[in-house]
Amino acid sequence: MLLQIKGLCKSFGSVVAADDLDVTVAPGEALGIIGPNGAGKTTLFNLIAGSLAPDRGEIRLNDRDITAASAHQRCKFGIGRSYQIPQPFESLTVFENLLVGAVHGRGLAERDAAAPCADILVHTGLIARADTPVRSLTLLERKRLEMARALATGPQLLLLDEIAGGLTEAECGALIETIRDVHAAGTAIVWIEHIVHALLAVVGRLIVLDFGRKVAEGVPRRVMASTEVRQIYIGIEA
Amino acid sequence: MVGLADTIIQGVLLGGLYALFAAGLSLTFGIMRLVNLAHGDLIVLAAFAILALATWLAVDPFVALLVALPLMFGVGLGLQHLLLNRTLGHGILPPLLVTFGLSIIIQNGLMQGFSADSQRLQAGAIETASVSLGGGITVGLMPLATFGSAVLVILGLNFLFYRTALGRAFRATSDDLEIAELMGIDHRRIFSLAMGVAMIVATIAALYLGMRANFDPTIGPARLLYAFEAVIIGGLGSFWGTLAGGVIIGLAQTIGAEINPEWQILAGHLAFLFVLVLRPRGLFPRALD
Repeated sequence: MLLQIKGLCKSFGSVVAADDLDVTVAPGEALGIIGPNGAGKTTLFNLIAGSLAPDRGEIRLNDRDITAASAHQRCKFGIGRSYQIPQPFESLTVFENLLVGAVHGRGLAERDAAAPCADILVHTGLIARADTPVRSLTLLERKRLEMARALATGPQLLLLDEIAGGLTEAECGALIETIRDVHAAGTAIVWIEHIVHALLAVVGRLIVLDFGRKVAEGVPRRVMASTEVRQIYIGIEA
Repeated sequence: MVGLADTIIQGVLLGGLYALFAAGLSLTFGIMRLVNLAHGDLIVLAAFAILALATWLAVDPFVALLVALPLMFGVGLGLQHLLLNRTLGHGILPPLLVTFGLSIIIQNGLMQGFSADSQRLQAGAIETASVSLGGGITVGLMPLATFGSAVLVILGLNFLFYRTALGRAFRATSDDLEIAELMGIDHRRIFSLAMGVAMIVATIAALYLGMRANFDPTIGPARLLYAFEAVIIGGLGSFWGTLAGGVIIGLAQTIGAEINPEWQILAGHLAFLFVLVLRPRGLFPRALD
């Protein structure tokens, strides 16, 4: 297994964000995670990427225990992460944003990092904006940059947090194509998304979280049809 | 007219020295939001290091500087790695208290090692050499070298910041520490390197401080004050702004002294207040906080 999470627990005061969670991701897999707001989806990403330390449980990447590893070590081990609200380095150019990830995340010299970074910019449709300061980007471009920068660190596992949120239908379609390409190139993806049709266009397996617990898991079509999910989603829409 | 031009030139050149005091401070504040209250004392420490090396090796202060630079780089690395990194990330108070304590420790340590006597770095003939600019104006070679060094240091820092991998890591960490970690940057290592670079600048400042006038273990805090004012006038995070800030204080001091010698220091502080009232974020702000 690429990622193996066992018995992961995290609470903030009385709020339980992860309750004895077990999650596995195979190399090259695409896993979707859905659930209502406050279900603990983003917390799970924070725990995997190392921005938060769990109360209990174990996280293994390629069979190495990374539970105590810092965020920058996990990046070097192969975990890349994008944020729901894009958080680029505002004072750097688009290209520099990627360069930082490639140099520090992959341990490349700047000279060797330039070509792969340019490739990623081509694939994510940002190459024309390479030398633009980040502050002048549109929302779609920022979302693409968020993914491009995570890719620059050379991840085996890419964590995408609501990357389709706030985009128009056409923009969303273009983004799905890009994510499919990334997945086809062999990168495993875990994708949190409220826009379910976008998610289902890519992922092969779905996990439903609620109150930090896994309430359903399996083939997307079957999971979406299950009573647990219907209850939760009717709850959301009401 | 010659008198006024002379005053202005002296003021600008003095500003070079203040910019050198301030550049290291600007660097550490810009990258890690560390308000280093011991910065002035670290400059004095570097001046004593140059003095000790020059005496011990029986060489010119400029040669001693070359030995002191890597030593002080190491001091900066060690200080940040062992002490200051532990104080960051828990609010604004811990780094203030720790660097304040450090300031007292350095002063007393130097007092113990070198006594309270005032010292001077002896550079020989260059100290009194001057060049004529024509029109009856002459400037000392030392102030000119000081200002030239300040410009070179600022150019060097800008090159480091905007043209190198380390500089990109500095800027990325300064922008968003948590995201920098996710990009594989070990921010503690970056902070240590930043303090090492700041100490290199502080050591260059120390050379000119020690050759320009007498120094003793207790003069650090006053240099720190000028440095802070220069950084704040210039705007946080802008190295050219820091140079401009140094020049403004230097100008205000020499013009103040020309009117009445007692007004020298006060005029510098008044200029600082004046800029702060007009432009609370400084003249060329880059960082947003």
